[in-house]
Amino acid sequence: MAEKKNTCDLFDCGHRACGGCGASLTARLVTEAAGPETIVVSSTGCMEVFSTPYPETAWKVPWIHSLFENAAAVASGIDAALKKQGRKEKIVIMGGDGATFDIGMISISGAFERGHDFTYICYDNEAYMNTGIQRSGATPLDASTTTSPAGSQSFGNKRPKKDMPAILAAHGAPYVATASIAYPADLRQKVEKAINTKGPCYVQVHAPCCTGWGFEGEQTIAIAKLAIETGLWPNFEMVDGKVTKVKKVVRKPVTEYLKTQKRFRHLFKPKLQEAEIAAIQAIADRNAEKYGLDIKLPPKKE
Amino acid sequence: MMEITEGSHAVAEAVRLCRPQVVSAYPITPQTHIVEALADFVANGKLDAEYITVENELSALSACVGASAAGSRAYSATTSQGLMLMAEVVFNAAGMRLPIVMSIANRAMGAPLSIWNDMQDSISLRDAGWLHFYAEDNQEATDLHFLAFKVAEDPSVQLPVFVCFDGFILSHTYEPVDILTQEQADTFLPAFAPAEKLDAKDPISFGMYATPEYYLEFRYETNEAQKRAKDAIVKYGKEFGALFGRDYSAMIEEYRLDDADTAIVAMGSMCGTIKDAIDEMREEGKKVGLLRIRVFRPFPIEEVAKALAHVKRIAVLDKNVSLGSRGGATAIEVRDALYGSTIPVKGYILGLGGRDIRKKDIKEIVSLCEKGIGDQFYGLRKELI
Repeated sequence: MAEKKNTCDLFDCGHRACGGCGASLTARLVTEAAGPETIVVSSTGCMEVFSTPYPETAWKVPWIHSLFENAAAVASGIDAALKKQGRKEKIVIMGGDGATFDIGMISISGAFERGHDFTYICYDNEAYMNTGIQRSGATPLDASTTTSPAGSQSFGNKRPKKDMPAILAAHGAPYVATASIAYPADLRQKVEKAINTKGPCYVQVHAPCCTGWGFEGEQTIAIAKLAIETGLWPNFEMVDGKVTKVKKVVRKPVTEYLKTQKRFRHLFKPKLQEAEIAAIQAIADRNAEKYGLDIKLPPKKE
Repeated sequence: MMEITEGSHAVAEAVRLCRPQVVSAYPITPQTHIVEALADFVANGKLDAEYITVENELSALSACVGASAAGSRAYSATTSQGLMLMAEVVFNAAGMRLPIVMSIANRAMGAPLSIWNDMQDSISLRDAGWLHFYAEDNQEATDLHFLAFKVAEDPSVQLPVFVCFDGFILSHTYEPVDILTQEQADTFLPAFAPAEKLDAKDPISFGMYATPEYYLEFRYETNEAQKRAKDAIVKYGKEFGALFGRDYSAMIEEYRLDDADTAIVAMGSMCGTIKDAIDEMREEGKKVGLLRIRVFRPFPIEEVAKALAHVKRIAVLDKNVSLGSRGGATAIEVRDALYGSTIPVKGYILGLGGRDIRKKDIKEIVSLCEKGIGDQFYGLRKELI
């Protein structure tokens, strides 16, 4: 293996993220993979706020934040400027799922269609965490958030996650991948691949949020792993629109994942909501079929 | 070189001569001819710029933010609805102190939808931190772009600039315009060399988040830069005059104002009509003069107060209205500049949504002002209300 320079301090310590924050881990892993010749564009959100309380900054690479919805457009302008100046820095966008799936959708679509050269990282913690856990287009079915609360007439969020990777693949993005903080080597490899692919690339990183999902900070990695092991977070890679690599698993039932988090507690207490859990299991089953997630075990000998 | 050309084309020529490295714009009437011309320049090698055809105005200015922060001279153009869609970025660009220049072919705000001229669009964003230049004719609309980049990029200023000119009335009108040569333009406006930019060799953070301990000072600093912009306008306006014979050092223009009893205060293309009306009124023995405001931000408070100190009455003509207040933005500013004075100031809202302003309207407004009647919409079609 090639020797790796120790560059993890490109996203430095001292930031204000919660202990066990999946987003801060994403920032560290992504900058580590991208290296110092990178310009980072952040959308408004948790990461932007916890990493740059003026006059301090956790970023040791050039960094810019403009607004919530325009990171892809800001990156488009940087791409044009670098091209004009003959500069070779890489551009990495860091957007949360709200900035990516919802409010920034138009600027992302425009920038991908124009074919700018950047890597868009969505750190997906499946709700608006910075404003206090409101649902987004990335919130999974039945997750309770402050704007999709579970109650006597509700099981929480009414819709499954938007399929953002498919939307960006449909834009003709040369490289689209999902990744998880639970698998840092895989994540780094995907980021490196995206950065070294010319054109607009997308990596959606599953980044559990202990505060928003309701679990103890030391469980972050375990929960991220369970999302993959249950088939609720398919971890894959798409090159030119075709799935080329998938993390296969011996699937566990979705309840193994759901029961670890307060946002799904209403599915288990005061009584088990079998129909809802079945609907979530069906999502995992569809993922398994679509991406071929299941490891086929040899039949047991009698 | 003198050319008879359309306002939009003259502006596009000026922008080309300013050598922006990144142009990012979205088409909207009546701005379209400018961005079409720039696209044509790029397509034919007359402008060496990256031209980003964005998906809306919010992204148009956002791309300029990125380009400018990365150290490139960035330009956009818009109007009306487009300007409002980018409003969030307008504040953002000024707060980040990025010297972007944007042409505004002034147009009314909907609803009801109107593609025609007034100044409600840019005036509604007067508090965002951008400098506001307003042109009377196409020569000025053209020249002010050179001044805009020069002032914006001055290290003591570092603020973005709106160069405003009336949609259709100027943008689509053919007039003789003296357009600089590239050599002349380069003499006045050197390449953009910001002290700070997004650069891996010297990483800095742009657009951080400020707690209550810091925010107030950011706004103060931006306001101080607005004040310093006055000095930069005087300095570079004079320099432009010395080089090319057209001096833009004054933020206001006075026309037959010295001995006037009645002063008209206005901005933009209607000032041409006002000057003609003044000439005729003068022949009839009426001592009327004009104070034209060319720079609305920073507002030339002292200059306005001084220029109007001797008159008996003031009629302020506004092609915008601050709904729910006594009138238009210019009238409010003039009253502020004259605070403590006993000279009566009367405001008139006119020309909204492209309604024509004729010499006889100006004369009638002067008569109304003489009678002490004002602070009203002028030229209403009574049968409609």
